Amino acid sequence: MVDLHYTVKDFKSENEVRWCPGCGDYAIMNAVQRAMAGMGIPHEKFAVVSGIGCSSRFPYYMSTFGFHTIHGRATAVASGVKLANPDLNVWVITGDGDAMAIGGNHFIHLIRRNIDINLILFNNKIYGLTKGQYSPTSDRGIKTKTSPFGTIEDPFVPGQLVIGARGTFFARSIDSNLKLSQSVFEGAAKHKGTSVVEVLQNCVIFNDGIHAAITDPVQRANRQLILENGRPMLFGDKNDRGIVFDKGKLKVAIIGENGITVDDILVHDATEVDPTLHMALINMHLPDMPVAFGVIRSVAAPVYDIEMVAQNEQIKQTSKIKCVDDLLNSGNIWEVTGNTPSNGSGCSKS
Amino acid sequence: MKDARVIELEEVVIRFSGDSGDGMQLTGTLFSDASAVFGNDISTFPDYPSEIRAPIGTVGGVSGFQVQFGGKQINTPGDFAHVLVAMNPAAIQANAKFMNPGGTIIYDSDSFNEKNLAKANFTTKDPFTECNLNDYDKIAIPITSLTKESLKDFGLDNKSVLRSKNMFALGLICWMFNRPLTYIDEYINVKFGKSPVVAGSNIKVLHDGYNYGMLMQHMSPTYIVHPANIENGTYRNMNGNVATAWGFLAAAEKSGLELFLGSYPITPATEILQTLSERKDLGVKTFQAEDEIAGITSAIGAAFAGDLAITSTSGPGLALKSEAIGLAVMAELPLVIVNVQRGGPSTGLPTKTEQSDLLQALYGRNGESPVVVLAASTPSDCFWYAFMAAKIALERMVPVILLTDGFLGNGSEPWKIPKMADLPSITPRIAKNAGSYKPYERDTATLARDWAIPGMAGFEHLIGGLEKNKMGSVSHDPDNHQFNCEIREQKVQRVVDMVPNLEVCGDNVGDILVVGWGGTYGHLISAVRELRLESKKVSLAHISYIKPLPKNTAEVFGNFTKIIVCELNLGQFASYLRDKMPQFTYHQLNKLKGLPFTVNEIKESVYKLLEE
Repeated sequence: MVDLHYTVKDFKSENEVRWCPGCGDYAIMNAVQRAMAGMGIPHEKFAVVSGIGCSSRFPYYMSTFGFHTIHGRATAVASGVKLANPDLNVWVITGDGDAMAIGGNHFIHLIRRNIDINLILFNNKIYGLTKGQYSPTSDRGIKTKTSPFGTIEDPFVPGQLVIGARGTFFARSIDSNLKLSQSVFEGAAKHKGTSVVEVLQNCVIFNDGIHAAITDPVQRANRQLILENGRPMLFGDKNDRGIVFDKGKLKVAIIGENGITVDDILVHDATEVDPTLHMALINMHLPDMPVAFGVIRSVAAPVYDIEMVAQNEQIKQTSKIKCVDDLLNSGNIWEVTGNTPSNGSGCSKS
Repeated sequence: MKDARVIELEEVVIRFSGDSGDGMQLTGTLFSDASAVFGNDISTFPDYPSEIRAPIGTVGGVSGFQVQFGGKQINTPGDFAHVLVAMNPAAIQANAKFMNPGGTIIYDSDSFNEKNLAKANFTTKDPFTECNLNDYDKIAIPITSLTKESLKDFGLDNKSVLRSKNMFALGLICWMFNRPLTYIDEYINVKFGKSPVVAGSNIKVLHDGYNYGMLMQHMSPTYIVHPANIENGTYRNMNGNVATAWGFLAAAEKSGLELFLGSYPITPATEILQTLSERKDLGVKTFQAEDEIAGITSAIGAAFAGDLAITSTSGPGLALKSEAIGLAVMAELPLVIVNVQRGGPSTGLPTKTEQSDLLQALYGRNGESPVVVLAASTPSDCFWYAFMAAKIALERMVPVILLTDGFLGNGSEPWKIPKMADLPSITPRIAKNAGSYKPYERDTATLARDWAIPGMAGFEHLIGGLEKNKMGSVSHDPDNHQFNCEIREQKVQRVVDMVPNLEVCGDNVGDILVVGWGGTYGHLISAVRELRLESKKVSLAHISYIKPLPKNTAEVFGNFTKIIVCELNLGQFASYLRDKMPQFTYHQLNKLKGLPFTVNEIKESVYKLLEE
C-alpha cells in the first residue's frame, strides 16, 4: 500500500509565488493544498488546469500535474483531460473574467454536462492581471479604468449561472476563511459531477476591500450565513438569527422575537433536487440579508465521464467489430481476382 | 433487348439531379456502389445546396450527384455528363452547363409543367431550347405516374409513393448500363429490414424501372462498360471523410492509445465526427463540444492526458481554433487538426470545395507558430494521411494540420482494403525516467520532447502557453525565447526525415511540370496523362507534404523548363513555393468557383504555356 499521507508541503512547487503581497490568492492556495493533502488520493492523480488571469498562475505553484492554458478555455481543456483519463482528480482554477466573460460558454456547458471536475472561481470582481478594468461580476456603477464614469451594466451572480446550467454542486467561500475553504474544497472533491466553488477574493491593488463589508471583523458573524447540511440556518454573533421563509421570500428572523423559535428556522438541505431554495440562498445579499457560504447545493445526477465509459463498454460488448481490421472488412466489400493490371495510364479492357 | 443498340464505352459520366428532397444522393450512391461491385473503377462527387430545404422546384434547391465509372483507371468524377437524369425542370436549368455535347437527358415528364418551369426560371414551355440543349438525346419518361402505378397496391400515402420515384430512375439507369440489381436489392432489404412495406415498395419500383427500360422500344441505346483491370484484392467504396476518420482509428490501434475527438459540427467536416461517434466499439471518445474552440481545447486536454487527440473542422472553424493551435505549439503536444476545406471567406460556400485555407493552415496564428501541414489527395488516401498525421504528431510531439476538402470529403472511390499489419508502427514518446524527467528536454536528432502523462508517478510537471525553460517554468529571458522560437521551427523542419521523396508522374525531365497539392490530384493526373498521350513533355508533381516539403523538391522542379502551379485559390501554394524556392518561375492556374478543375481547363492552360 502506497503511503497516501501527505502534508501541505508535498503540494507546493519550487517556483517562487508571485502574487502581490496581501493577495487573497495565497490563502486560497493554502486551503487547496491542505485539502488535497488529506484526500487520500495519490499525488500523481491530481491535475490542475487554469486559464488566464492572476489566479490562473496557480498551477505554477503546485507540485501536481498542471496545465496553464489560454483565456477562458480551462474548463474545456479540463474536460478533455478528465475524459482522456477519468481516474484523474481534475481541478480548474479560474477567475471572474476567465470563467464569466471569455469562458462563459464553456463554463455553463461544463456544468450542464456534469463532468466530474472541481472548479474554483476566484471572484474579486475586477480584472487584476490587466491592471484594473471592470469584470462581469463588478457591481453596477463601479468606476474603473474602462468605466471612468461608472459601469452601466449589471453583474453576473456566478451561483445563478450554475443553477441555470443545471449545476449539481455549488459552494461559496471567502479567502479569509481558510478553514471553510478547505472544507468546501473537500466537499467539492467528494462530489461526483461538476463542483463549482466561488471564493470571494480580495484584490489588494485594484479592488481592495470589495468584500470588506462581508469580512468586517466586528460585523462578519451578522453578515455571513455559513450553511451546514441538515442544520438550521442560524447565524449572528449570538447565533440567534435565522432564515425563515415568509410570503414567498427568505427573511431574517430573530429567535425570541415575535414568537420565533429554532423550529421556525429553515433547515439547510443541499441535496434537495429542486433548486428553488438554493437559488434564493445564492441571491441573498447585504444589507438586508447575510451572504450564504458553505455548500449550498450538492445533488446526485448522472456524471458524463462515468456515462461515457459505461456506454463505450456496453457497445464493445455487443458489437461484432473488435479491431480496425474488422471494421475495414465490414459492410459492403467485394473481391477483385484474376486481373493482371498494367501500369496505371493504360486502358486495357478485360 | 436484341433490338436495342448496344454501345461499348470505356468510361461514362452520369449526373443524377433533382430537388433536394428527391433522394438523388442515395440514388447516385447506390448506382456508384453497384458499379464498383460490378468491377468498374469509379469516382463520385455530390453537389448539393447548402440550404436544408430551398423552395421545392427552384434552382437553388437542386441536388446533384455525379459519378464517372469505367473499364480503366478513373481519377475524377468527370468534367461533363454523358447522361443527365433530371427529376424536374430546375435540374435542367442547373445542369445544362455540365452536359457533354450530344449527351442523353432522361427526365420526368410529369414534373415538366408550367408551374415547375416557372419556378426554374424558364420563360417558355421549352426548357431545352432555352438551355441550348436541342442537339441532345432527350428521353421523356412519366416517372411520377409510373411510380404511382407501380405502387398502387401497396396502400401507401401519396408522399411515401412520391418518395420512391428515385428508385424508378435508378432501375432505369441500371438497365441502360447493364448493372444487376442484386446489390441494390440487398441494400434496401438491410436498410429497411424493419419495415417490410418500405423495403418491398422500393424494390418493386426499382425493378419496374428496370423492366420499363427493357420493354420500351423508344429507349436510347444501352451501354456496356466493362469491369476495370484493377489490382486484385478486397475492395470497398470509400469516401474521404470516412477514410479520414478510419485513418485515425488505425493510428490509435497502432500506437496503443485511446482516440479522442473534440469537434463541433460544421459542413463539410461533420461526417468525421459522426463516423467516429459510431465507433464506441473501438473505444473512441467523441466529444461534441459547445463550439469550435472547445472542440480543439478539449482535444488539447486529452493530448495532455495521454490520448491520441484529434479535432475536425472546416475553414471558419480553423480560424476559431487558431489561438488554441498556438497553445499546442507552445506546449508541444501531439494533436491533429483536420480541415475539410470549403469555399470562403467567412461562411462563403459551405457545401462547395476550395483550397483557400492553405496559408491559414501554415501561418494563421499569432507569434512564430510552426506546425506540420499535410494534404490528402484522393478520397481514399485520406486514410493514409490521417494515419501519417497522427504518426508524426505522436512521434514528434507537434501539432499537425491535415487539409482535405469538400470534394475529397464527400467524393468516393473504390479502395483496396489495407491490412493493419502492413501499416507502419507508431511509437509515442512516452517518458521513461521519472527521476530525470524534464518536460522540455529534447531528443537531439528530432528535437521532440518526451510525453509524461498525468497519473504517471514521479513525472509531475507543468506545461502552458507562456514561454518556458527546459523545466517548463516560465521564462522571459530574451535569449531563451529566441532559442525556443528557432527550435520549434527546427523541430517541424526535421519532420522531413519522415517525408518520402517527391516522385513525379511522367518523365523526370520535360517541358512542363504541373504542380498541385491536395484534392486536385485526380483532375491533374487525368490531364497530364492525356497530354502525355498527345506526346507532350508534361509531368505532374503532386505534393502531399506541404510543411516540410520533401527534401528533393527543388531537384525535381529544376528538371523542367516551366512550372505551373494549379490550385483552387488565388495562388497560395505558388506564393509559398516562391518563398521557399525563389530560384524558379511559377506560372499559375487558379480557380475559385466552388468546383473542382475540369481536365480540359488544365489541358488548355498547359497548351497555352507550351506555346508561350
